[in-house]
Amino acid sequence: MSRASDRSLLVSFGARISIEIHARVRSLLRLLDLSPLPGIVDLIPAYGSILIRFDPLRLDHARLEGHVRGLLARREEAAPAEPGIVEIPVCYGGPFGPDLDEVAQIRGLAPQRVVELHAGSIYHVYFLGFVPGFAYLGDLPEPIVCPRLRSPRRSVPKGSVGIAGAQTGIYPIDTPGGWRLIGRTPLLMFDPRHDPMSRLQIGDRVRFAAITPERFGALEEEWRRSSS
Amino acid sequence: MAPIVVLEPGLLSTIQDLGREGHGRLGVSAAGAADPAALRIGNRLVGNPEEAAALEMTLRGGEFLFEGPALIALTGADFGPALDGRPVPLWTTLEARPGQRLRFGVTRSGARSYLAVRGGLAVPPVLGSRSTHLPSGLGGLDGRALRKGDVLPVGDARGPCPMRRVDPDMLGRLAPRRTLRVTDGPQAGWFAAEARDLISRAGYVVTEESDRMGLRLRGAPIMPPFDGEMMSEGVSLGAVQIPPGGQPIISFVDLQTTGGYPVLASVISADLPSVGQLRPRDEIRFVPVSLESARSLLVEQEEWLRSGSLLAT
Repeated sequence: MSRASDRSLLVSFGARISIEIHARVRSLLRLLDLSPLPGIVDLIPAYGSILIRFDPLRLDHARLEGHVRGLLARREEAAPAEPGIVEIPVCYGGPFGPDLDEVAQIRGLAPQRVVELHAGSIYHVYFLGFVPGFAYLGDLPEPIVCPRLRSPRRSVPKGSVGIAGAQTGIYPIDTPGGWRLIGRTPLLMFDPRHDPMSRLQIGDRVRFAAITPERFGALEEEWRRSSS
Repeated sequence: MAPIVVLEPGLLSTIQDLGREGHGRLGVSAAGAADPAALRIGNRLVGNPEEAAALEMTLRGGEFLFEGPALIALTGADFGPALDGRPVPLWTTLEARPGQRLRFGVTRSGARSYLAVRGGLAVPPVLGSRSTHLPSGLGGLDGRALRKGDVLPVGDARGPCPMRRVDPDMLGRLAPRRTLRVTDGPQAGWFAAEARDLISRAGYVVTEESDRMGLRLRGAPIMPPFDGEMMSEGVSLGAVQIPPGGQPIISFVDLQTTGGYPVLASVISADLPSVGQLRPRDEIRFVPVSLESARSLLVEQEEWLRSGSLLAT
């Protein structure tokens, strides 16, 4: 545990990306949700840590650390609900995924094989961060692991599906970004008017399904009509 | 109460209250007033709960038309406000009559000026707050900065409200600090001793690429402990992050909830309102303090912010 600021505590479980470490993050997150301590204002989970933000006029580090130690010592784990699989339709390549060919070239694969590998795995939502609703998904199959772009794009269109290292993710809003873009989904990933605001939550499981540009257009149109 | 019409929005004007906590796990930071002390005092001057929503203007203010009678207070930075052309003071309760126009100019001090109105700005709360979070388009007026022609709804208020002003003897305490006090960040121990010394010896300049998400500083580069990034983790408000170039970034109210740059230091809570008043080209320094001092400074600040003697009639 580290006193990250005068109003936060960082609880770390390990500096590696692994499902086992992340299971401990999710377990503590659930326990904190079930036994909230007055004065805790926000919980920010990541790959291997949770940042606990608190109101320094209502709570102090020592009491919070004691509370967390108590929760960590509990043997019985708060069993998280078994997540269903969220399916995300993606149109790969072409204008939807401008970096698909380069990824294929870097890894010595046919572009179609990159798509098959990306859409053939089930991914785990480690956490949301960077921008509202951006889910960090892993782990990417090794043959398509690829470094991020050397210089980030000024603007990545909303819905773009990118890869970076062993991670993949979907840009929920138009934003600058440095991940390699291999496709795009017509789904809205983040909507402040919707409850929950984000389509994906920590711990969810995700599968990508390849769709044609025609299907992309039809889904986009369907979405537009239902939201207006 | 009658609404306020936006004749000119100013450079970047948003509706803010004390923020929306609790959605960090969706990537949504709290937002809220960049200078919460100024917002709270403005609300007290017009008899509102201190967390009511008000207008936050940045560097250059706008022009506003009152459609009905209103009690208002202007706090924070001095943008040279004038009501129907007559200069009006900050830090005091003011009356605006129907049809009067309140016009602000450019900053004379500080980065953010607040217009609080009796009844509060009554946009619908989103997830418990009226604050505008620009990165997600949440809250405020359609989640965006004000535009010309916008109409700001004002809430109802009952009972009398005395006309008051901030005790002139207390105004000195409200002057924004240029020396920010910091505690060690979670990765402080990763930096070499020289790098850690540097942050308290060298001065830094606030650059133009600073906004509500973060203040980018320029000065002596602080060498990060390694190339590239670390594994992403949650970022605290006020965290002093060191990206590969070594130029510090202070994460601020609309911050990215997670980040992969090592955090060398964290600005103490008592000095966060001062961060909200920093302008591009302002020079700042950092001075390390203990967590115990950070806490007692905050408790002390909170006592005078809440005290009855802060406001005089």
